[in-house]
Amino acid sequence: MAERVLMRNFERPDSHTLAGYQATGGYQALRKAIGLGADAITAEVKQANLRGLGGAGFPTGTKWGFIPQKRTAPVYLVVNADEGEPGTFKDRYLLERDPHALIEGMLIAAYAIECETSFVYIRGEYVRPWRIFAEAVREAEGAGLLGRNILGSGFDHRIIVHRGAGAYICGEETGLISSLEGQKGWPKVKPPFPAVRGAFGAPTIVNNVETLCCLPPIIARGGQWFAALGTKSQGGTRMYSVSGHVARPGVYEASVSITLRDLIYREAGGIRGGRPLKAVVPGGSSAAILKADEIDVSMDVDGLKSAGTMAGSAGVIVMDETTCIPEALWVVARFYAHESCGQCTPCRECTGWIYKIAGRILAGKGVPQDPDTIVDVAKRGIGTTICAFYDGAIGPYISYVEKFRGEFDYHIRHGACDVHPGRAGRVPASAGAH
Amino acid sequence: MRPETASTLAFSDEQLRRVRELQALYPERRAALLPVLRMAQETFGHIAPEVEAYVGELFDLSPAHVHEVVTFYTLFFQKPVGRHVLAVCHNLSCALLGAEDVIGHLQERLGIEAGETTPDRRVTLLRVECLCACEMAPMMQVDDDYVGPLTPETIDRVLEGLR
Repeated sequence: MAERVLMRNFERPDSHTLAGYQATGGYQALRKAIGLGADAITAEVKQANLRGLGGAGFPTGTKWGFIPQKRTAPVYLVVNADEGEPGTFKDRYLLERDPHALIEGMLIAAYAIECETSFVYIRGEYVRPWRIFAEAVREAEGAGLLGRNILGSGFDHRIIVHRGAGAYICGEETGLISSLEGQKGWPKVKPPFPAVRGAFGAPTIVNNVETLCCLPPIIARGGQWFAALGTKSQGGTRMYSVSGHVARPGVYEASVSITLRDLIYREAGGIRGGRPLKAVVPGGSSAAILKADEIDVSMDVDGLKSAGTMAGSAGVIVMDETTCIPEALWVVARFYAHESCGQCTPCRECTGWIYKIAGRILAGKGVPQDPDTIVDVAKRGIGTTICAFYDGAIGPYISYVEKFRGEFDYHIRHGACDVHPGRAGRVPASAGAH
Repeated sequence: MRPETASTLAFSDEQLRRVRELQALYPERRAALLPVLRMAQETFGHIAPEVEAYVGELFDLSPAHVHEVVTFYTLFFQKPVGRHVLAVCHNLSCALLGAEDVIGHLQERLGIEAGETTPDRRVTLLRVECLCACEMAPMMQVDDDYVGPLTPETIDRVLEGLR
């Protein structure tokens, strides 16, 4: 296993407390960052080759650089802690086990972008992570690490913890901003990008929890050191959420150069019961599915892109031979149909349509052209919507059908499942629940 | 669950102070809408049309805007729920590991369908999308807490603990 950078403190029982964090050198990087100055911090982050770890993989230092030089409004930092991508649970661990690493990362980022107020948008279901993080903020305030004149540097910063109320789309940065502003979480047209006109009309940087947690180690040990942990185009390690049919589901930290095979077989203990692997979703439910013979691929942004899928949120969902792929598609299609915000017609209509087609295939009532219709409908919506939600949804739609076409055809021809003969033509009880 | 009418519906003075504090926290006071709606739900049980109108008044927002926000989010309840809410994840990782069996077992034990509340108003059973705890699949949220991996035995233990 690679050196633990993000999960370095997880084993400490007091890792969530200020005392525990400071005992491991916590907040020393902030002191160093303030000494370096804003430009040098950004330069270090660029050298680190840090790419956003929320899903899109955009270079973090470059994103910060989009803030206009001439400002007429304050700059805001918004932390995306609205983790909701199926298969992903890394940010929950960071919020619970190392909340001060996030606060320190936020302070470093805020110093670099000259921001006095930040907002942490935590998904509403995350009650325990919210309680622990909010307590860490209170501790930091009490210790003078937040507020006025932090560490005697003249730097002021306050953190406002904001809770979501249950909507996947609020993890999309402009949807998140709408929600933060007290509206339904509808994404906004870009440009202008949030860095130019974001929360409350002001320049806003939206960064993911894990991305910000990388900053203290980057400052403490240097951008070059961080870059060397990864690949040529992406530095560092990341936290992989591994779930599904593996022996040891959980969160694993490894270099971005690790292969999917090693992640599954070396880190997560292989497939439960030693069964054969059937398929893997490598980057959250929006990532295209890979077949068992496609897992010798490195987990960095470019490695997975070259395999026709994406690194996304690094949520790895493993399926063994007992998995019915049409049923898996139906579950995923239900999710996208349910979570489409409804603002853009192609997204609203296509997600609902594909969910219905998947449902009738599963119910044994599919017609021969259904798999082609799914792919055709999916492709028609590409690039026609305000945000990336729909373009994410087509990852599973197209890949499940194209890579496992035989299973869809079998369901349609026989009105039954070839993986679970006992479940012939049965739609799970929840069909039509939405 | 307390039935509320427009005439009895109001925050306490202390809660109103908290509303003003929340509104002052943000560059625009409307940004406090979600936290205040959460307070309203905790106080009045669910967000009925009267609650939407009342909260709207506190923000100078139309009831229509508040309604639009309330209906967008799954954690705002528009009708009464039980004393405990069980939200079972039925998304991919949980589905792969038996979420439907979990829901089936709960429906049988509670004598209700998902989406319903027991006649004694003890438990509301919901299906939800990913709770991002796939490592404990199949799992559910029991009020504020995540519980998993679920088996018929662990489910029964949870149910016994609910008053």
